[in-house]
Amino acid sequence: MYVAVKGGERAIDNAHAWLAEERRGDTSIPELSIEQIREQMALAVNRVMAEGSLYDPDLAALAIKQARGDLIEAIFLIRAYRTTLPRFGGSEPISTEDMACDRRVSATFKDAPGGQVLGPTFDYTHRLLDFKLAADGEVGDAPKAEPNEVRTPHIMSFLDKEDLIQGEPSGQEIPDDLTRTPLELPASRALRLQSLTRGDEGFVLGMAYSTQRGYARNHAFVAELRIGAVAVEMEIPELGFAIEIGEITVTECETVNQFQGSKTQPPQFTRGYGLVFGMTERKAISMALVDRALRWKELGEDNLGAPAQDEEFVLYHCDNIQATGFLEHIKLPHYVDFQSELELIRKLRREAQSNISQEAAE
Amino acid sequence: MSDYNFAYLDEQTKRMIRRAILKGLAIPGYQVPFASREMPMPYGWGTGGVQVSAAVLTPDDTFKVIDQGADDTTNAVSIRRFFQKTAGVAVTEATGEANVIQTRHRIPEAELRADQILVYQVPIPEPLRFLEPSEVETRKMHALEEYGLMHVKLYEDISQHGDIATAYAYPVKVEGRYVMDPSPIPKFDNPKLKMAGIQLFGAGREQRIYAIPPYTEVVSLDFEDYPFQPTKADHACDLCGAEDSYLDELIIDDAGNRMFMCSDTDYCATRRKEGHVGAQGVPYTEDAA
Repeated sequence: MYVAVKGGERAIDNAHAWLAEERRGDTSIPELSIEQIREQMALAVNRVMAEGSLYDPDLAALAIKQARGDLIEAIFLIRAYRTTLPRFGGSEPISTEDMACDRRVSATFKDAPGGQVLGPTFDYTHRLLDFKLAADGEVGDAPKAEPNEVRTPHIMSFLDKEDLIQGEPSGQEIPDDLTRTPLELPASRALRLQSLTRGDEGFVLGMAYSTQRGYARNHAFVAELRIGAVAVEMEIPELGFAIEIGEITVTECETVNQFQGSKTQPPQFTRGYGLVFGMTERKAISMALVDRALRWKELGEDNLGAPAQDEEFVLYHCDNIQATGFLEHIKLPHYVDFQSELELIRKLRREAQSNISQEAAE
Repeated sequence: MSDYNFAYLDEQTKRMIRRAILKGLAIPGYQVPFASREMPMPYGWGTGGVQVSAAVLTPDDTFKVIDQGADDTTNAVSIRRFFQKTAGVAVTEATGEANVIQTRHRIPEAELRADQILVYQVPIPEPLRFLEPSEVETRKMHALEEYGLMHVKLYEDISQHGDIATAYAYPVKVEGRYVMDPSPIPKFDNPKLKMAGIQLFGAGREQRIYAIPPYTEVVSLDFEDYPFQPTKADHACDLCGAEDSYLDELIIDDAGNRMFMCSDTDYCATRRKEGHVGAQGVPYTEDAA
């Protein structure tokens, strides 16, 4: 006698309760606060904001706490929350030219107006585990300088003055929105950039790296990498002019790439562009390289068949929320499909075996 | 209820989805792109079906969710709870009592009526995808009705295996025009695709909706000398004795002995309530459903 298995509902409830307990961990150890995560896990918070496409450090920190530190899970929480928010308008384009830079480096000029500013970077730290941190996280004050009052013009503007860098056509007045319209190909550059900036850091990094190693190789100089706060302005219809509604930190990377030209057109450098929420420079540099690789068609280059040149491949696979959902769905029940395959393979084997024994008999 | 709008999605989004559904019904089998939203469950777990259900549900509806034919599978439970929480709709496990049925991988055994909507969760909406990975190319192939590649694939199956080696997600042609993926239902279910109810297919991650209006002609692809054959395990249900239903196979002991039972749990329970008992079944009681 057999009684069918039931209990899906209770299993789910119990799993959730266990998960909550595991998330909290050993209760004799103090609980993490949102503020602690926001302040001390800031780069994780930045990644969640960037790939979650929502600039809110407190919510990102909450998502990280809820997700037990699984950043893709945290990004998912933010994305799902984001879609429920009303959209009451669009801001003016941010002006990265007017950024209050915490960091600004150029790999193409030794010095330029605004200077080279290292900022709080890991770059020249020796990667030695600091065992002192395990015991005592106190730090002394960092030396302070006067705020830099001079403007920090884009390095590209100097190349532009000499006409050495390719000009960019202005885009549509209101660009398409990846989150409001289905992605159809070929995609505009605005859509490609939207997709890359929220794309998985690991995926975009891997794609960028592949171009450096020769898959559609296109050597990139980092003309400029800048990180800092910019004002977000929005035109309020009742006022008729734009007012500042807040400030966000972004990372911007512009690369200078190999030039092209012809008998009729003098050669010019080309560029790749990366812009990402928060302090996220690995992602911004990667984005600039992949952006440049995807531009082969509009720049009249050959399709070398490299993955990073394939817009459909890159854009359809860079979103980690889509990828992880589909990947992990294969653990859901597939009894029905598997059953149909079982029947088929048994039938095919029966037929094949009877053919073999028939041939042997003959 | 809750802080969210009825059935979670905002009205603008639901309107956008309804437009896609109407377009899909107007062009049976055609994949309509739609601006799929991020849902609070993972892509690949029914977000397309959930969005379609959210767009068609009204407060008076009765909702049923099945996964692999069963109401009690974990993801079916999860989706049903989602709509109980966000839409407050009545839910049921009885196929005949539901107006909207969301399904993954099965068509219920009971015949659906004209006042019922069947919403399918679709992982990969493109029937040509595993023959041609590029979406740009496959859209072109549909536009030109260029389906030779699919027939070549079925032919190659026959030459290699002596049979068409597709057991689920078996491709169909809708109203003589579009080749369509019926979602990963077993080919046993294909003949039911021509029905009185409205069938809506939602693919969230792939941002596509398509539809089959009532009584639309749906033909499973085949060859004259290798006609399409719906198949099931050659057994009767061990619980209710049904010989006409699609069966799950269970391993019941360490020796690997098997038993078979209806994949459609409501169909099986209904039959047992009516007094049918299979070879290993027990007479129906309320608590041992």
